Amino acid sequence: MAAESGKIDPMHQFEVTPLGGGFNLGGHEVFFTNSALWMVIAAVVLGLFMWGGMRRQLIPGRWQVAVESFTGFISNMMTANIGTEGRKYTPYVFSLFMFILFCNLLGMLPLGVLGVHPFTVTSHIAITGVLALLSFSIVLVVGFWRHGLHFFSLFVPHGTPLPMIPFIAVIEFISFMIRPFSLGLRLFVAMTAGHVLLKVLSGFVINGFNADNLVIGSVVSVLSFTLMIGISALELLVAGIQAYVFALLTSLYINDAVNLH
Amino acid sequence: MDAEAAKLIGAGLAAIGAGMAAIGVGNVFGSFLESALRNPAAADGQQGRLFIGFAAAELLGLLAFVVAMILLFVV
Repeated sequence: MAAESGKIDPMHQFEVTPLGGGFNLGGHEVFFTNSALWMVIAAVVLGLFMWGGMRRQLIPGRWQVAVESFTGFISNMMTANIGTEGRKYTPYVFSLFMFILFCNLLGMLPLGVLGVHPFTVTSHIAITGVLALLSFSIVLVVGFWRHGLHFFSLFVPHGTPLPMIPFIAVIEFISFMIRPFSLGLRLFVAMTAGHVLLKVLSGFVINGFNADNLVIGSVVSVLSFTLMIGISALELLVAGIQAYVFALLTSLYINDAVNLH
Repeated sequence: MDAEAAKLIGAGLAAIGAGMAAIGVGNVFGSFLESALRNPAAADGQQGRLFIGFAAAELLGLLAFVVAMILLFVV
């Protein structure tokens, strides 16, 4: 009974727990956790979704249209932001977008009623931080590969007056280095905040039904439940927007590396 | 003041940051809509910039949330 003390524990859902036994690898215990399980589930669901739509029929069915609208969406975004050069990076940004989207959406599934608790993979900075670092490394590698040391001109925008260059360069450098941090943090916090909010509201629903005063209790429960439905819809929107923002910012950062500015 | 109480007050104060970010995000979308209705033909081309502005404004609100969570659960 969650309601005995009326205490709501919204952070419990983010706990990483090992499933089954682990093995020893260089002095570290390595476990298959629920986080890893949900990443595998996301990858399998994503694989099935893509496989079903890659029949290359001349007259596409519904499924193929769904998949093609996703690929077309990302491919348009890359061409608009980077130009024709951007086509090379489309597979990476597309995988990133779809994986984040599927992880976000799978974490929102109301499987708790069945006793299975979905785990939102993207609600951990360990995961989103690695994805952000991956994007950042690609930017660095592409930038230095294409432009060599000329890549540092990224920190001095065109037409900067000479006396301003030291200040501008420092500011641009800081804003460049903070990118992987802000990229990972945004996704992680947006998902965490939404799930905490939903958990707190569901705590209100349960506490309201268990309250001594039946009238006030049920009013609280019904209001909270109505709010929960609305917030769930908002969270679905946020799941899509955050995946889109992550892909969009990655494409902009790659654009910096490819075209300088 | 009790340290525990100060923590809770600090977390509550951090919520002001979240509210301010709400104003910022509303401003981004509001201004976009206002100008999109003036020139609907140009609106679609600016959607990328719309979401960049949204992401920048939202990040600051999320930072306020992080401050609140750190105060409540970490410190």
